[in-house]
Parts: sequence; C-alpha cells; structure tokens
Amino acid sequence: MDQKKLAIIATKGTLDWAYPPFILASTAAALDYETQIFFTFYGLQLLRKDLSVLKVSPLGNPGMPMKMPFGPKWFRGLNWNIPNAVQSLVPGYEAVATSLMKQTIKNNGVATIPDLREMCQEADVKFIACQMTVELFGFEHSDFIDGLEYGGAATFFEFAGESDICLYI
Amino acid sequence: MNFDKELDARGLNCPLPILRCKKSLTDMPSGQVLKIVATDPGAIKDFQAFSKQTGNELLSSAEAGGEYTFFMKKK
Repeated sequence: MDQKKLAIIATKGTLDWAYPPFILASTAAALDYETQIFFTFYGLQLLRKDLSVLKVSPLGNPGMPMKMPFGPKWFRGLNWNIPNAVQSLVPGYEAVATSLMKQTIKNNGVATIPDLREMCQEADVKFIACQMTVELFGFEHSDFIDGLEYGGAATFFEFAGESDICLYI
Repeated sequence: MNFDKELDARGLNCPLPILRCKKSLTDMPSGQVLKIVATDPGAIKDFQAFSKQTGNELLSSAEAGGEYTFFMKKK
C-alpha cells in the first residue's frame, strides 16, 4: 500500500487556531501519513522561534466560552459574558485571556503548541513557509525556526496535488 | 496479560496518548506487546482507529474506574 499523504494550509496566527494544524499533522504522522503544512499569511506566526507571540482574543468571537481555570467547581462553570465594547477598551484584556487559556490547556492535559510543533518535526512533518507572505509582512528568515523550506503556491501544489487529504485551516 | 513495555498516558489529552504510543512502539521489536493506561475517554475510539490504520494489533481494551487499559501488539 502506498503511503497516504496529508496536505494542510495553515493561515491563522492565534493560540487557539494553532492547534488544528499541529494536532492533525502530528497524528497523521503517527498514522504513517507523509505530511506537509504550508504556512501562509498569519499562519507564519506558528513558525516563529518565539511562540509567546501567539495570543487568543475573545473579542469578536461569540463562540468562545470565557471560564476561569481555577477556583471551586461552581466558579469554574460560570461563563463570563463580557460585552465586546468593554473587552476592546480594557488594556491587557487579550493578555489576560491568553494566560487563562494557557492555564486551561495545562489543567486539561492538552499539549502546548511548542511541544506539538516539536513532535511534528520529530515525526518528519515538512513545514513550508510562504516566501511571498514572509516578505509582505516584513519577516526575516531568522525570525523562524530552522528546518523550513521557503516556497510559493506552486511548491504547495506539487505535494497537495498528490495528497489523499487536503485541508485549509 | 503479559506485556513488554508500559506507557502511562494518564492525564494526557488528544492527541498525546496516540503520539506517545506511536513513539513507544517505534523503539520496540515486532511482536512485542505495549500496555497503555489512559484517562482520556476519547482514547477508546482513537486506539481502535490507530490500530486499524497502522496494522498494530489491539489485543484488548478495558475500562475500570475511569482508566482505560489497552494492550497493543507491534506489527
């Protein structure tokens, strides 16, 4: 049986949306898929050496439950419905939301993004950074981790065209 | 059941139990048995799917007191 192939395009650069590409890619690799992720636009943030740039914002995201990762059970169950207008005015709101999410991740035994990214690399998941967006956003190759390939849309299709599964995230 | 190696995946959530299992199996010779203990309720379905797709045989899976125990034979 030929080895199956998974191609992913990662376009989002927030802490929450960093999960789907790395979870799916690492799992696919564990299932013996040959896997590539093409990082473009905000997805490039997932390749930064310093992943603390990744934040999560409840602002403009009505689907995100805002719960506290500490305290007694009844307290953890409360949903803090804070209006967007207030969120946007309070300085540091995003930083607070990000640290609460990181705590929730830890409490639930969910892997961190640096760990998942490393597991992908150990499992030979190939990372391709979109050179056009690197330039567009004024990044330097030195902003990113080692072991990347830099290429464009044609590079993506070379692999994606032969893939069994292709995901846009 | 006899086993050659044990993996403690308690407290870990998706996809970590599967990733750790894969890693443990990599270091084992063919035919050896890996015992995995997990607490992620999604693990039952996931280990069945892992076994089906990788050809490593899932010899048994059992639940007791919120813990899931799997025995997997390396292909």
